[in-house]
Amino acid sequence: MNLLLNTINGISLGSIYAIIALGYTMVYGIAKMLNFAHGDVIMVGAYICFCTMSYLSLPPAIGVVLAMLVCTVLGIIIERLAYKPLRAAPSLAVLITAIGVSYFLQNAALLIWKSDPKVFTSVLDGVPGLELFGGQLRVTAVTIVTILSNIVIMLALTTFTGKTRTGKAMRAVSEDKGASQLMGIDVNRTISLTFAIGSGLAAIAGVLLCSAYPTLMPTTGSMPGIKAFTAAVLGGIGSIPGAMLGGILLGVIEIFARAYISTQLSDAIVFTVLIVVLLIRPTGLLGKKITEKV
Amino acid sequence: MKKLSKTTRSNLITYAIVVIAFLAVQGMDAAGRVSSSLRGQLVPICVYICMAVSLNLTVGILGELSLGHAGFMSVGAFTGVIVSMSLSFLPGAVRLLLAIVVGGMMAALAGFIVGVPVLRLQGDYLAIVTLAFGEIIKNLLNNIYVGVDGRGLHFSGKDAASLGLQEGTVLINGPMGAVGIQKQSTFLAGFLLVLLVLTVTLNLIRSRSGRAIMAVRDNRIAAESVGINVTKYKLMAFVTSASMAGMSGALYALNYSSVLPKKFDFNTSILVLVFVVLGGMGNIRGSIIAATVLTILPEALRAVNDYRMLLYAIVLILVMLVSHNPVLENTWNQVKGRLAFWKKPEETRKGGGIDG
Amino acid sequence: MARERTKMVPMPSTSIIPERDLYKLPVLETRHLGIDFGGLTAVENFDITIGRTEISGLIGPNGAGKTTVFNLLTKVYKPTRGTILLNGQDTAGMDAVQVNKAGIARTFQNIRLFSNLTVEDNVRIGLHNSVQCGMFSSILRLPRHWASEREAHERALELLSIFNMQDLANHEAGSLPYGAQRRLEIVRALATKPSLLLLDEPAAGMNPSETAELMENIRKIRDTFQIAVLLIEHDMNLVMGICEGIAVLNYGKIIAKGTPEEIQSNPQVIEAYLGKQKEDGV
Repeated sequence: MNLLLNTINGISLGSIYAIIALGYTMVYGIAKMLNFAHGDVIMVGAYICFCTMSYLSLPPAIGVVLAMLVCTVLGIIIERLAYKPLRAAPSLAVLITAIGVSYFLQNAALLIWKSDPKVFTSVLDGVPGLELFGGQLRVTAVTIVTILSNIVIMLALTTFTGKTRTGKAMRAVSEDKGASQLMGIDVNRTISLTFAIGSGLAAIAGVLLCSAYPTLMPTTGSMPGIKAFTAAVLGGIGSIPGAMLGGILLGVIEIFARAYISTQLSDAIVFTVLIVVLLIRPTGLLGKKITEKV
Repeated sequence: MKKLSKTTRSNLITYAIVVIAFLAVQGMDAAGRVSSSLRGQLVPICVYICMAVSLNLTVGILGELSLGHAGFMSVGAFTGVIVSMSLSFLPGAVRLLLAIVVGGMMAALAGFIVGVPVLRLQGDYLAIVTLAFGEIIKNLLNNIYVGVDGRGLHFSGKDAASLGLQEGTVLINGPMGAVGIQKQSTFLAGFLLVLLVLTVTLNLIRSRSGRAIMAVRDNRIAAESVGINVTKYKLMAFVTSASMAGMSGALYALNYSSVLPKKFDFNTSILVLVFVVLGGMGNIRGSIIAATVLTILPEALRAVNDYRMLLYAIVLILVMLVSHNPVLENTWNQVKGRLAFWKKPEETRKGGGIDG
Repeated sequence: MARERTKMVPMPSTSIIPERDLYKLPVLETRHLGIDFGGLTAVENFDITIGRTEISGLIGPNGAGKTTVFNLLTKVYKPTRGTILLNGQDTAGMDAVQVNKAGIARTFQNIRLFSNLTVEDNVRIGLHNSVQCGMFSSILRLPRHWASEREAHERALELLSIFNMQDLANHEAGSLPYGAQRRLEIVRALATKPSLLLLDEPAAGMNPSETAELMENIRKIRDTFQIAVLLIEHDMNLVMGICEGIAVLNYGKIIAKGTPEEIQSNPQVIEAYLGKQKEDGV
C-alpha cells in the first residue's frame, strides 16, 4: 500500500517537475538557451495567486488565471528586454543574462513580499481527496489535480505543436531559424509565443507546487527550477515527451529515495541518476543524437 | 621573439597589478585608512580571485562550461578544516599551509573522479552534469560528521553522537558545517595564494600543454588529427582548475569560525562564473579585476541596502546587453583599429600583403 | 567424407604505384574498405595502394564519398568493413590520435584551424608529439621547458618557411586570408611528421596563380620530406598536373584507377562527370 502511495506521490511531484521542465525544454529547443530565470517565474506565479486569494479574497480560480496572465506577460517582457538583444551573442553571455534576470526576480520579490515565508493556502482547500481500499490509501485532491493537469497540458501541447500552423512554425524555428525566416515565419513572434507558453505553464506549476508544499519564499522557485531543468536534460532537452518522461521519473526517484533510502541524501541520489543516464545516453533518454560533420 | 615579449609584457603587468594592489592596501592599512568592512573583505577577495582564475582555466581556456566549481571549493574547505584542526600542536602558519596543500590535493582528486566520466559529454550536457556534481558534493557534506579526540579522527554519516568521541571536539557537524574553527587565514596568505594560482595558470597557458588545451577548445577534431589526446588535456585543465578551487576553499574556511556547507551551493558557482564572464573568457587579468570589483560592489552599495542586490542584478544584465550590442561592438573595434594603426603601422597592413 | 569445396572469389585489380617505390613497403594499402550509415552504404570496396613517395589523387563528383574515405583513413569514422594497412601496420582498433602518431596527417575541406591562436601556435600544436615537455616542467619553468619552447619555435618557423609564411607567425590564424589558412593547415599537418599527407581540396578558393604555386609546393614537400600525398581536388589542372596515380570514386565505389592519361580517356569517368553520352551519330 505504501509502495502505491509513494508511486502516486512521486508521479504527482514529477508532474510538477514535468510542467516546469516543459518551459525549459521549449525555450531551449527554440532559442537554444538555458533560461535560468524560469524557476523564478514559478515563484512569481505562486505569489500572484497567493495575493489574489489572501489579500483580495477572490476565489482560487481567479487567482490561477491572474497568475497565468501575469507570468505570460512577464515571460514576454523578459524575452524582449533581456534575451532578444542577445540573439547573436555567445550562449554564455545569454546564460549570464538569464542568471541576472533570476537574481532580479528574486530580489524584486524580496522587496515586495519580504523574506518571511508565506503560508500558501491550497487552491483546492476543502476539496476532499480520494479514499481507496477502505481508507487505507488516501490521495489528496491536489495530487490528483496535479497529475490530471499534467496529462491535459501534455496532450494539448503535443496537439498544438503537431497539428496547428503556429505549432508547426515553432518546430520549424527550432530546427533552423534562418530557413524558417526565409519561409515567411515570423521568428520573433514565434520565440515570444514560446516564452509566453512556457511562463504560463510556470504559473500553473507554481500554484500546484505551493498547494502541495505550502511554504512560499522569494527563493521557492530555485530548487524546483534546478530539478526541473535536470528533468528536461534527463529526458533529452528540446524534446516535449522527454520533459514529461524526465519530470515524472525524477519525481518518482526523489520520493522513493526519501522513503526507502535516505531523506537527507535524496538530492544526491536524484542527481546521481541523472549523471548515470547521461553517461549511458549522452543526450538524454529521448534526445536526438548529434553528430558533428567533418 | 617579438610575440614572446608581447605576452610576457602582458603577464608582467598582471603580476604588477596584483603586487601593487597588495602593497597599496597594506600601506593604507598601516595608515589606518582601511575601513573595518573592507578589512573583513580582504581574504574573501583573494579567495574569489583564485576561484575566478581557476574557473577561467576550465571555462575560458578549456572552453567547457562548469556550473559546479563551488563543489571543489567545498571539498578543499572541509578538508582544510579537518587538517588544520587535527594538527593543533603545529604553529598556525604551518597548519594553514598544510590545510591549503591537502585541501588542494583532495579537490584535485574530486576533480579527477568527476572529470573522468563528465568530460566525455559535450556542451550544455557537460554543464548540467557539473551542476549535478556540485549539488551531490553539497548534499554529501551536509551529512558528514567528523570529530577528533586523543585517538585520532572519527567519521560518521549519521550524527555527531555516533562519532563516539572521548573528550574530543566535533569538527564537521553535518548541516551545521565546520564549527569552532581557529581563524588562520591572513591577507598575506591570500596574496601569496593569488600569486601561486596566477603563476600556475599563466605558466600552464603558455606551454605545450596549454596550447594543447586551447587546441581542444578551438577545434576538437583538428586537435585529434594532429595527435592530441583530447581526454588527457581536458582532464589536465579540469583537475588543475579543481585543485586551485580546493586551495581557495581551504583559505576561505580558515578565515571564519564556522562554515556552512550551504555556502558552497549553486549560487556560489554562478557568482564565480559571473566574474569569469564579465572579466572576459580566457582573460586572466580580467578575472582578477572582475572578482575584486564585484566582491566589493555589494558592500559599496550598502548605503542603498535594500536595493543593492537588485541593483547588482540590473548592472549584470546591462553589462551583458551593452557589451554584446553589435553597434557598440563595431564602434569599439573601429576605435581599436585606429589605435593599432597609430601605434604599429606595420601590423595593420597584413590584409593585403599576404596573398600577393 | 566429402571434401568441402573452398569458395574462391576474385581479388580486386591490383593498383599501380610509381616504379621508384616498387621495392619499398607501400605507405598505404586498403582492402575492401567500406562504411554504412544507418543501412546506407557510403563507401564500398575501396581498394587503393599508395607508393612511398607517390602523389596520388582521389577525384569524383560531389557526394561520391571522397571526404568519407579521408574520415575512414583518419578514424574520424570507424570503418564498417575492410582493413587499412599503414606502413604495413593494420590500423584496426586505433583511434584518430593513434593513426596520426602512426603516420597520417590531414587537412580539412572546411578549414579547421585553431582560429583564436597565432599562426605559430597552430604549427607548434602540430609539433605536439615531436617536441615533448611535461606539464610540471612547464608550470615550474624548468630548463627543459625553455629548451622545448626554443626547439618548437625554431621548427615552427622552419616549417612555415615552406610557404614563406614566417612573417605571419604572430598573426591570429582566423584572421588570415582563405588561401593562407589552407596553407597553414598543410604546415600544421606536416608538423606531425607524417608519412602520408591527406589534402582535402587544398586549392579550393585559390586563384590560378596561387594554385600553380601550390602545385609546386606540394611537389617540393614530397621531395623534401620523402612522403606520400593523397589529395582530393576538383581542380583538374592541379590533379592532372601533379598526381602520378588517380582513383575515381562515384557513388562510394572506385570506378577507375590509373595514370592521369588513362583517367582522362576513360569512358566510365567521362560518364560519371558528364552524364551518359548519346551514341555517335544519333
